[in-house]
Amino acid sequence: MPTLDDLKKRIKSVKSTQKITKAMKMVAAAKLRKAQENAENGRPYSQKMKNIILNLTKSINDPQNAPKLLVGTGKDQTYLCVVLTADRGLCGGFNSNICKLAKINFKKILSERKELKIITVGSKGLDQIRREYEKYIIKKFSFKNKKQITFSEAEIIGNEIINLFNQSQFDKCILFYNNFKNVITQIPQAQQIIPAENNSSENKEENLTSYEFEPDEDEILEDLLPKNISTQVFKAFLENAASEQGSRMTAMDNATRNAGELVDKLTINYNRSRQAAITKELIEIISGAESL
Amino acid sequence: MSENFAIEIVSPNKSVLKEDTEEVTIPSFEGEMGILKDHISLITFLRPGVITIKKDNKEKKFFVEEGTVEFSNNNLLILTSTAKSLAELSRDNVDDLIKNSQEKIGQKDVSDKEKYLLSHKIDVLKHVI
Repeated sequence: MPTLDDLKKRIKSVKSTQKITKAMKMVAAAKLRKAQENAENGRPYSQKMKNIILNLTKSINDPQNAPKLLVGTGKDQTYLCVVLTADRGLCGGFNSNICKLAKINFKKILSERKELKIITVGSKGLDQIRREYEKYIIKKFSFKNKKQITFSEAEIIGNEIINLFNQSQFDKCILFYNNFKNVITQIPQAQQIIPAENNSSENKEENLTSYEFEPDEDEILEDLLPKNISTQVFKAFLENAASEQGSRMTAMDNATRNAGELVDKLTINYNRSRQAAITKELIEIISGAESL
Repeated sequence: MSENFAIEIVSPNKSVLKEDTEEVTIPSFEGEMGILKDHISLITFLRPGVITIKKDNKEKKFFVEEGTVEFSNNNLLILTSTAKSLAELSRDNVDDLIKNSQEKIGQKDVSDKEKYLLSHKIDVLKHVI
């Protein structure tokens, strides 16, 4: 049975923890609004970029000579996995969810006797993946000191991917990140960016417009595809940033509520022990008086 | 029938401009290009220059460094990471940009194509204000 003093101390410490989580929740809520806005503003760009490329792909008449970034190298021996996570913890299952999905994929790739290469972005994901897959990691990025991630950061990573591709370091590139659906739901996602996935291309055949190209298709594609990689990375960044704040907000909200429950429980405990102590003292006095 | 078509300028961070307009002049890769309603479907690049959007005898100008343009079904879509409205661009900004480009040209590992683009950019910037 803890003494009254111990209980008092515990209540106090839980209360101060509650204060911290509450503050973190509010900070996350404020940041979330901004991140969400950014994510929503960024969507049209990547969406439209995708559309243009889709249109271009359709008008390519010689798929044999199409740029490799689009159609792939024709092999699928080496996989490059880019795992985007946060630099900070205390955001619920945010980082773990991405890593879990990534690890499932890693296992699958390795079990098929394919080669695996990993690039991590963000220190939290690195920590989790390093435990099992240290030897596969070829590069790690962290933008901890950047307050806001801009397009130029995405370009750094995009350029790195393209560089590796040009050196034929890998055949397929998969991007792992959390897609922001709403504050409570974030869906970890694996998106293949090289070769470009064109899943919706078949049912859209009817709006086949013939475009005039200036300069010709190949040149445009060659310039556009690398840009598209950076754009997709940037989109993943934005979605991730919004997801991180959303996830943190819910996690901290839960923590605050749990702390509140714990305080209530401890307070009842405290009052009960206090009552017991008083009763005990009374009994002692009364029995003392009786024995006289 | 109206002679307007929709123009949209989108940057990675946000949608810069979305409205109806009569005529747009873009600095396409192979020269200035004017676009009116019912232009043929088109995909092209931009080089550094000024996009001019005309409507009701009013002009809006945007400075761009690069970008991709798609025109189809009377929708003009400009994807660029560097659209800046000339109205918001100050003298100092322009001077900074010029200085940056000049420094870049001076570096050794710049290809001829980049050099050409940079010097073109400087030219455009000098005449902007």
